[in-house]
Amino acid sequence: MLSEMDPTAPLTPSGNLRRRIAVSRLMTAAAIASAVIAVAALAIVVFAVASRGAPAISLGFLTHDPPQFGGPGGGIASAIVGTTLIVAIAAAMATPLGVLTALYLSEYARPRSRAAQMIRMALDLMQGLPSIIVGVVVFGLIVNPEHRESGFAGSVALAIIMLPLIARSGQEVLLLVPQNLREAADALGVRRWRSILGIVLPSALPGIVTGTILSIARAAGETAPLLILSGLFMPGTTFNLFGQAVPNIPMLIFNASEAADPTGFARAWGAALVLLVIILIANIGARVLLARSRARMSG
Amino acid sequence: MSARATASPPRRRLPRRARELLLADGGLGDAVLRGLCVAAGVISVLILAEVAYQVITGSSLAVSRFGLGFLVHTQWAPNFGRFGAATTIFGTIVCSAIALVLATPLAIAIAIYLSMMAPRGVRVVVGPMVEMLAAIPSVIVGFWGVIVLAPFLQAHVEPFLHDTLGFIPIFGPPETTGLSVFTGGLILTVMVVPIIASLSRDLFLTVPAELKDGAEALGATRWEVIRGVVLPTTVSGVAAATMLGLGRALGEAIAVAQVIGAGNDIHASLFETGNTLASRIALEFSGTTSKLYTSSLFYLALILLAIGVGTNLIAQTIARRYDVHRTFV
Repeated sequence: MLSEMDPTAPLTPSGNLRRRIAVSRLMTAAAIASAVIAVAALAIVVFAVASRGAPAISLGFLTHDPPQFGGPGGGIASAIVGTTLIVAIAAAMATPLGVLTALYLSEYARPRSRAAQMIRMALDLMQGLPSIIVGVVVFGLIVNPEHRESGFAGSVALAIIMLPLIARSGQEVLLLVPQNLREAADALGVRRWRSILGIVLPSALPGIVTGTILSIARAAGETAPLLILSGLFMPGTTFNLFGQAVPNIPMLIFNASEAADPTGFARAWGAALVLLVIILIANIGARVLLARSRARMSG
Repeated sequence: MSARATASPPRRRLPRRARELLLADGGLGDAVLRGLCVAAGVISVLILAEVAYQVITGSSLAVSRFGLGFLVHTQWAPNFGRFGAATTIFGTIVCSAIALVLATPLAIAIAIYLSMMAPRGVRVVVGPMVEMLAAIPSVIVGFWGVIVLAPFLQAHVEPFLHDTLGFIPIFGPPETTGLSVFTGGLILTVMVVPIIASLSRDLFLTVPAELKDGAEALGATRWEVIRGVVLPTTVSGVAAATMLGLGRALGEAIAVAQVIGAGNDIHASLFETGNTLASRIALEFSGTTSKLYTSSLFYLALILLAIGVGTNLIAQTIARRYDVHRTFV
């Protein structure tokens, strides 16, 4: 027994402690491995889209319509135009509504009032709505009475998807605006609406813009509502959103994945790359903007 | 004199006050902005009411025809006017279960790494990358799933699982295309991981440092700190995050529709085709041939809406205590 307790021996864990440290190391390794898996998943998907999409990309690809009767060749100009229009109209509807809702929640409503709680809950539920249900609802609202698919119906659906995102993110930023700015304005006798429009909103603007960009990026890739509302379209470019389905990038990709013949695959990969690049740039840009404005506001 | 000036007849003061209201800093601006804000808030509530109204009226024909039997009826034969939701409910449950079983431990591990282990330089890069995974449009993930993932699974993963675990009926022999419930579940995993991971990471960051330091001072290893202090204090928040992830998995239509193979039957094997509530609505809604058919799809939407709202309400009830918000993930 005494021989084991050699005072000159280095202090090393033994027995139970060694086991505990080993378990801890194992779990650390598992956590690192998990992070690697997630990053790898992102890399694999992005790489697949980039490597298969890049060969299709050319100036002609971006400026020509797909061929009238299917088959290879042609471009995705009509889908780019369509997606841009549909999303722009959706943003034009959702942004003012979302910002005003955010202002109501942060500036007017008492946080615990019943109205505020109801609106917050409505926004949360709206955000949790499966996008296919939004599509079905707008179908019943617009397409069914007219008996025609339309790009505008798609815009309405995307606006419903964007609204809670803009409102909730806007509200979060507005809450970060220092209270003493509002109090200073009150002390100077400035009317509420002027201090909101002139002081509160401008200081929250970078954050609100970030939220709007992110929701636009989300809406641009949303497919489920468009499948129901603007899915059966002619391949040519159109600028008219009413009374007809409008070509768009998500549906172009979806149709290719459902098609039996692989001639449209190259075009779909190219379209996927264009969409993905736009969305990733919007995401990265928005995050940088947000980090900067957060730093400025809290610093 | 001053008394006289202020006591001028009200008739002459009214127009001036009206002008003041309109111009400099009157109460009209307040009233207008407040009105607009209230109106916007009311519109949000109205949209939600409209959603419920449309889904309920749209499904009323099928609800009155089939009643609650719709939920357990397995047949879906539009040409014969026979509709039942059991197959799609089964597919939805299986796909979401696969996604949650795979995603929850993975996402929690990622959150642990990002909140407590990663050096700052890694954290600020990997964190946004995980969230970026959620930004990839589902149609692109689904397209990748059809062209790349499904053939790979069919050729390599499914035979392996069948050979090693084939005695369990869920790992049946691989089918020809790789389009299956299993592929659908994996695709959903990709979409659910970022949600649970980023929400859990934010939760883990809220655990007070004193608690963690105290545990370490008592000699706990890093894992013991996590298991003994961090996880128990955040467990219900993590549950809420998982529920939000579940909501995403239940409602995802497009990516699942692309990879699940649109099967019509219930199979024990995960490698067979199937369908979920959301994917069937997506795939069939534009091609309906009768009012009853459309109404039956609305009925599926009603079921999906009920399940979705249920999960969301549960998640919200838990999340309210933790300030967990899912905005862009």
